[in-house]
Amino acid sequence: MSINRRSFFKFLSLTGITLAVGKESVAQSDKGQEVDFLSILYDSTHCVGCQSCEFACAEAHGLPEPVGAPEAGKIRKLDETNRSVINCYNTSKGEIYVKQQCMHCNEPACSSACLTNAMHKTKEGPVIWRGNKCMGCRYCMVSCPFDIPKFEFHSANPKIQKCNMCFDRLEERKIPACVENCPAEALVFGTRRELIKEARKRIVENPDTYVDQIYGEDEAGGTGILYLSSVPFNELGFRTNLQKTSYPELSKGFLYSVPTIFVLWPALLLGIHEATKNNHVKEDENE
Amino acid sequence: MSNTTYAIAKDNDGKNILKFLLGELKPKGKIFTPFNIISIPIMLLGLVLIVIRFWKGIGSITNLTQDVPWGLWIGFDVVTGVAFAGGAYVITFMVYILNMKKYHSIVRITVLNGFLAYVFYAGALLLDLGRPWNVVNPIIGNSFGTSSVLFLVAWHFLLYMIAQLIEFSPAIAEWLGARRAHKILSGMTLAAVIFGITLSTLHQSGLGAMYLMAKEKIHPLWYSEFIPVMFFVSSIFAGLSLVIFEGSISNKVFSDQISDKNHKAHHGIVISFAKVCAVTMFAYFFLQLLVFVHGQHWDLLNTTMGYWYLTEMLGFVLFPMLLFFYSYRINNILLVKIAAIITMLGIIINRLNVTIIGFRWDAATHYYPSWMEIVVTLAVIFTEIWIFRWIINRMPVLRESPTWAKNQK
Ligand code: SF4
Ligand code: SF4
Repeated sequence: MSINRRSFFKFLSLTGITLAVGKESVAQSDKGQEVDFLSILYDSTHCVGCQSCEFACAEAHGLPEPVGAPEAGKIRKLDETNRSVINCYNTSKGEIYVKQQCMHCNEPACSSACLTNAMHKTKEGPVIWRGNKCMGCRYCMVSCPFDIPKFEFHSANPKIQKCNMCFDRLEERKIPACVENCPAEALVFGTRRELIKEARKRIVENPDTYVDQIYGEDEAGGTGILYLSSVPFNELGFRTNLQKTSYPELSKGFLYSVPTIFVLWPALLLGIHEATKNNHVKEDENE
Repeated sequence: MSNTTYAIAKDNDGKNILKFLLGELKPKGKIFTPFNIISIPIMLLGLVLIVIRFWKGIGSITNLTQDVPWGLWIGFDVVTGVAFAGGAYVITFMVYILNMKKYHSIVRITVLNGFLAYVFYAGALLLDLGRPWNVVNPIIGNSFGTSSVLFLVAWHFLLYMIAQLIEFSPAIAEWLGARRAHKILSGMTLAAVIFGITLSTLHQSGLGAMYLMAKEKIHPLWYSEFIPVMFFVSSIFAGLSLVIFEGSISNKVFSDQISDKNHKAHHGIVISFAKVCAVTMFAYFFLQLLVFVHGQHWDLLNTTMGYWYLTEMLGFVLFPMLLFFYSYRINNILLVKIAAIITMLGIIINRLNVTIIGFRWDAATHYYPSWMEIVVTLAVIFTEIWIFRWIINRMPVLRESPTWAKNQK
């Protein structure tokens, strides 16, 4: 099921549809020294709001055609029928389009929440949902800091809908549908490290165009989707109050204490039981 | 009725057991009691709604939204219900671990109550699952999500139910007159109790830990890294308050089953529970205060949510705590009961504040449970009470054990 990492990276560098992937990073990931994930860079200064990505996404995943168009002051929300949406915001630099979809976190809250491991961070990077495991508890929705997973509340066989970075297409060695269909080159597909490098380069070369931040570099412990913008991200409806460390970190302390309690408690309880045993003899005598 | 039990106990062959069980299935007592008249239509309506839910999807009868994916069924049925079921581990701790024999007469009813609560709340969980057929995955090891708090909680529910069943099983053995089984099962009680308390500690706090990742979604006055500790500590007095409340009802309803001795002892038990409640509530209040000061949310107090927070802390924690102290001092059982009821309301408010009211308090559309969600919840509670009553009328729960069982010990 999983895609052959090495050949996929080769494929990436051969096709040249996206960034050329340097030999270096291929060699590195082969040795497994540091993990690198497949990622997408979205440059909002390029986006023209044509919705090509939305339509391509719907078609690739058998979802109904998107309704409505981006309009300043009106938020179109992600829901169980669309995994990717373009919105328009009134900002200090005029109207700006922004794409929204799953962020493919490096350490996703959704997958650490999932008790069946149906939400799964693939080793290639995309976070995918597996219907044969999911029991529909919706704990992933409660936990995701970006509010991404959506649930089909009106189905007897409900699915969780969210972007999977076209994992099935990746396995066929095709790039994600949205990236492929973007006419404005607002979307770039590559490995995370390469894309961060590219994003930095753009910021350095055009300091007047971009704010000096790559959204997704540190947010929620780092995400697989990276954003560039010409205005501060809070003007574009981004959550800017998210912590920089990963969300699963928040429940780790509790989970780590479990084995300890499992060992200590019974011993302690048995100890108290033995110690108080004689008390009850006394009490019984009193009765 | 007890005569039949003894007859069976003497003559233990298969046919008679079958006849006996069939006989026990028949309803006892009057059919048209006010409780039955209210509960039966609600249970039937609930059943219809459940059918619709499985046929048309969860959204057909609930008001859940993509922003608030967990509503009344999780926030009230599971999270609040389990807190109330905490009485079982507290009482077994006092009786079997601290060897406080004076509480022995209420162990069985509390454990039974706890067991049924878990069975039905786990049942409510199934109703809320979109794809319940996959519920076996995390159980049979097909798919372990070991980093998930929910995984831990689900497993603990399951194991704890087994532990409670073992704790309760001697009563079933006495009912069936199974002497050998009774002996074996009674011998397992202490182990089950120790296991059960450990599991309870972990899943009572685990229910709180489930919300740790929803850091920005829960109102800052209710979110802190200490939610697990708060949930655990408050489950102690939540459980005891329910025991006090439930005890005062079953003492009336089932008064014919309770021996004079236990009737009299009940007063003393309730009063000493008041003390335990007061002390744990004091600790809880103090913890909440520390967390509040630590969180530095003074500015938030002067908002609607802030007033609501103060109402909860002062009106439903501090006030009943003082009332418990006072009623203990003046030995007034009525005041204890009133304090218990206020405490229970406070627990409901607290759990709903974390899970529903304070969850995405900033969302554009708020979640309110639909009337159908409420009916299903009531149906679940009523069914539980029906079974509870059925068992109490048959097994030695409130009633004294048969003599043979006593002698065996
Ligand atoms: S954005 Fe949400 S759904 Fe997507 S990977 Fe991160 S936690 Fe999971
Ligand atoms: S709804 Fe499915 S994918 Fe989401 S946490 Fe539950 S089991 Fe996992």
